[in-house]
Amino acid sequence: MAAHAHTVKRYRGLMDWLTTVDHKKIGILYLIAGGLFFLVGGLEAVLIRIQLIKPMNDFVGADTFNQLITMHGTTMIFLAAMPMLFALMNAVIPLQIGARDVAFPFLNSLGFWTFFAGGVLLNISWFAGDIPDAGWTSYVPLAGPMYAGGHGVDYYLMGLQIAGIGTLLGGINFMATIINMRAPGMSFMRMPMFTWTIFITSALIVFAFPVLTVGLVALTFDRLFQANFFETGNGGNAVLWEHIFWVFGHPEVYILILPAFGVISEVVSTFSRKRLFGYSSMVFATVLIAFLGFMVWAHHMFTTGLGPVANGLFSIATMLIAVPTGVKIFNWLFTLWGGSISFTSASLFAIGFIPTFVMGGVTGVMLAVAPADFQYHDTYFVVAHFHYVIVGGLIFGIFSGLHYWWPKMFGRVLNEKLGKATFWTFFIGFHMTFFIQHFLGLIGMPRRVWTYLPGQGFDTMNAVSTVGAFLMGIGTIIFVVNVIVSAANKKPVADDPWEDGRSLEWSIPSPPPEYNFKQLPLVRSYDAWWNEKQKGNTEMPPAEPVGPIHMPSPSILPLIMSIGLFAAALGFMYDHLIIAIAGLVVTFGSMFCRSVFDDHGFHIEPEEQEKGVHA
Amino acid sequence: MMNRWRVLKRLLPLVAGMALLLSACGREDLSTLSPKGPVAQKQFDLMTLSISIMALVVVVVFAICIYVLIRFRRRKGDNTVPKQVEGNHTLEIIWTVVPIILLLILGVPTINTVFGLSKDYSKDPEAVQVTVTSHQYWWEFEYPEYGIKTAQELIVPTGRKIQFKLASGDVTHAFWIPSIGGKIDTNAGLGTTNKLYLEFPNEGVFRGKCAELCGPSHALMDFKAKAVNQASFDRWVAAMKTPVSMPADENVKAAFESKCLTCHAIGETNAGSAAPNLTGVGSRLTVGGILYNDEKSAEENLKDWIAHAQTIKPGNQMPDVGTDVKYGPGKGTTATGLTEEELDGIAKYLAGQKLEY
Amino acid sequence: MSAHDHHLDGHLPHEPEKATLEGRNKILGFWLFLGAETVLFGTLFAAFIALRHQTLDGPTPDHLFELPMVFAATMILLVSSLASVFAVQALHQHKVKAMIVWLIITILLGLSFLGLEIYEFNTYVSEGHKLTTSAFSSSFYTLVGFHGAHVAFGVLWIGLLIAQIFKKGLTVVTAPKIYVSAIYWHFIDVVWVFIFTVVYLMGKVG
Repeated sequence: MAAHAHTVKRYRGLMDWLTTVDHKKIGILYLIAGGLFFLVGGLEAVLIRIQLIKPMNDFVGADTFNQLITMHGTTMIFLAAMPMLFALMNAVIPLQIGARDVAFPFLNSLGFWTFFAGGVLLNISWFAGDIPDAGWTSYVPLAGPMYAGGHGVDYYLMGLQIAGIGTLLGGINFMATIINMRAPGMSFMRMPMFTWTIFITSALIVFAFPVLTVGLVALTFDRLFQANFFETGNGGNAVLWEHIFWVFGHPEVYILILPAFGVISEVVSTFSRKRLFGYSSMVFATVLIAFLGFMVWAHHMFTTGLGPVANGLFSIATMLIAVPTGVKIFNWLFTLWGGSISFTSASLFAIGFIPTFVMGGVTGVMLAVAPADFQYHDTYFVVAHFHYVIVGGLIFGIFSGLHYWWPKMFGRVLNEKLGKATFWTFFIGFHMTFFIQHFLGLIGMPRRVWTYLPGQGFDTMNAVSTVGAFLMGIGTIIFVVNVIVSAANKKPVADDPWEDGRSLEWSIPSPPPEYNFKQLPLVRSYDAWWNEKQKGNTEMPPAEPVGPIHMPSPSILPLIMSIGLFAAALGFMYDHLIIAIAGLVVTFGSMFCRSVFDDHGFHIEPEEQEKGVHA
Repeated sequence: MMNRWRVLKRLLPLVAGMALLLSACGREDLSTLSPKGPVAQKQFDLMTLSISIMALVVVVVFAICIYVLIRFRRRKGDNTVPKQVEGNHTLEIIWTVVPIILLLILGVPTINTVFGLSKDYSKDPEAVQVTVTSHQYWWEFEYPEYGIKTAQELIVPTGRKIQFKLASGDVTHAFWIPSIGGKIDTNAGLGTTNKLYLEFPNEGVFRGKCAELCGPSHALMDFKAKAVNQASFDRWVAAMKTPVSMPADENVKAAFESKCLTCHAIGETNAGSAAPNLTGVGSRLTVGGILYNDEKSAEENLKDWIAHAQTIKPGNQMPDVGTDVKYGPGKGTTATGLTEEELDGIAKYLAGQKLEY
Repeated sequence: MSAHDHHLDGHLPHEPEKATLEGRNKILGFWLFLGAETVLFGTLFAAFIALRHQTLDGPTPDHLFELPMVFAATMILLVSSLASVFAVQALHQHKVKAMIVWLIITILLGLSFLGLEIYEFNTYVSEGHKLTTSAFSSSFYTLVGFHGAHVAFGVLWIGLLIAQIFKKGLTVVTAPKIYVSAIYWHFIDVVWVFIFTVVYLMGKVG
């Protein structure tokens, strides 16, 4: 700790993690929290599958089963998948665009802590004994005050509302970061594909999440203050909830899958040693998918009774999405074509992704055929479809990205043998679990059923599916073992451990120093780092002289604000107005402090940079 | 292009064969893959068309994928740098245009069927009108033209259009008879009543289900659709209107009237629609939609149901004194507060409520 | 992270709010935030439009609304927006005193708007139009109330900024704050114009 322009208290150990505003550390926090929630959601999934292993099973009761499916869906989407994406975004985006941090480091930390507070709030419902049970879609009237007494659905509403604040802040932050913080020379059309997809995903977050906010507020008002948005007896409209939910919900699907597309683009390109095929059409396809993503929400509501005109229009609009998605698939295949493909764990997950996602995509087009959807809707066919896109797409993408960027994030390479074992168990388990569910749906098994009568032809397929779920569980456990084993391995990692790195993150140490780039790099082409290497350069050309680097100060306020919101939510739910108000005072008081007391930050001097301040 | 078509032609029978194989799966009276009516048939045709096109896509992608992975895998010690290709306009146009053509092939019949299946036969005198009201875990079927109501078992004549008007009495459910036609939601609230028509060309019993999560016993909200010939249907309507006699035993009658008829209705004694109408309950195929009368006698099933309604269908509206079921061999009263004799009497009486049709 | 701190001492540039990367980030981020806010209000409007005829036994909009008062509130808010334009002009000319005066006028007008709104809501409640009355009343109070809460937050925020200007003066740190609060205030004003049209005028027409 050398002399700084301003004296700023710098923490170590736990306090360091609670107060950090460094995007790399926040990325790790997102990964840990998201990973834990992923394990919780996975455990819920296994319990669901155990219940369904045989007809009329009584492993869990009907109530518990509905709680399990609700919490599984909500946890996996909002508390596992999204945070793990945010982990990769945080860990990689500033490095890829050659920036020292995100545009709003403080908000970045606030985003993490609000997400975490929301996630914890949702999950303490298990201990409160009042658990949401109306499905992750929480359709009214089932989720309304009349049919869902108790506080179960309140936990869902409050938890998602608070976690949603974090997500929205993240979306704004990353959009601003990518627009304003790119290194000199990095034009939009020189940005790595992962950065592009995160840019578009952030835009989707900014324009989709407020819709959910309003839906949650309206249902909260119905439940806590006897408002009538969805109370059909008092003029409310239950179908309105479906619209609000899916106007948010469909873009949400693309919020999830676009970053996975980005990861796959990077990994496929790196491990085949080839430039991404059709880069500009990839960018255009991403933008188009995002745009169309806002006009197809009613395909989740074909059977709601919107009439033939709406059903026809939304059918065609939905089918159109297949075109840009197909462009992406073929671009990946032709990136591999003529390449020199090495099969590492990261590239296995990316290669496994392509056929798996295609299968999820084609069933998506089948679902878009509205009259046929009258048969598929709310059956296991749909369950199979969205697990193919979300697990086979997104989770494969996340696993691929984690194996790929792990050295950059932690300075350790994950064990390849264990990585491949993870892939094969997870991949086989996945297809075993979900492929067969298509047929379960087609032969008449509705989704969200806690049990089924014998003699309907469902028995064998359900048993197979359950065995597959266990394999997926084993795959996940192998990954956790891999993390522990690799943490024990102290071997340092090269800057560019895959040797074929193409973007800027591979031009700096693994893990990078807290300021990332000693000198901001000058970007001279797409695949900047690869092209410099091809010219025989061993580092990026600098765009600025060496000098003191200004850093933002750590702050505990984001954590305190999130705790305030957490307390306020509990106060509102349980009618303790004093706690509710106290919580809000804490949160707004922190905002007040943040506004009044300027953060001057501190400087890291060149001599200290020489010593290498590691994150 | 010619080549592509030849491949397509060769693949089609293969795909059709696969579809045939699949159609062997599942119960005849339950599976969407064994359509038993024109509505389900049209939907099945679209499913086959889309599966065929999509199977083609999957095959092409898989083939390229496998070829690429084998042909371009990195050999040991290979340190060459492959040619860096930016893209290829011809290829990119092909894989944009071909999917668009495939989607057109799929889109046109889709739109046709969307409008075809949304026809409204409410004003058609040839059609049978049925008003469906869904309740937490049972189905109410009203025939406004005949002034009758039944529950759990939909009786329809063959060969006529059946026009449904569907709404919910509580939460959202979805009405689905897979082998006859796709589902539609039943919504609560004004202005959200749905319409759906179905046709039953052949006599038979088809399984129906609720397809929208509606609470703990969503999984058990089954019903049956029974298609009979027109003469039989007419006899059924007449039988439904015949006056019903109360239990002969005075004690049983008193218990039945004070404990059951407060919610249920039977014959003319219509107490409303808070619970399933019991007229002709003895001749139904199931009790509560899930206890099959061919596995146990209707009387046994009714006794089980009345005694253990909450265990059989958790969360339904049949009263229960708690989860620690007080009924059991040797115990005095049942969950509904009936004595053993009253329970036996009521079950026997209800099982005897048979309709001749 | 490279703050060009040299502006801090002495000479302020013409547009001090855009002088630093932090300032430019703040302005861009705030525009994005307003994009999200637009969607938020858009959804509230959509819910209101879907439910506005469901008045049940409660008073109808036609019966309830008194246009003269709402029109006065509209004018007050429009003028306050104008005052905030003058405040930003003063900011660009580095006239700190004039800026503070205009900002004070802005929040005073904002407060009078809030006063009118509270009075209006009070009247409605006494006429039997409560949050719980009907779907119309629920969506009305939520939409208009969300806007009112935004005005209240804006008043507090701009008040806090005035205090900061007194203490810290106009710098490249405080200037962006004033600037984004002005954008926020205009945004609230625009939302109100839509509320006036969709809720009140359309409510009168039926």
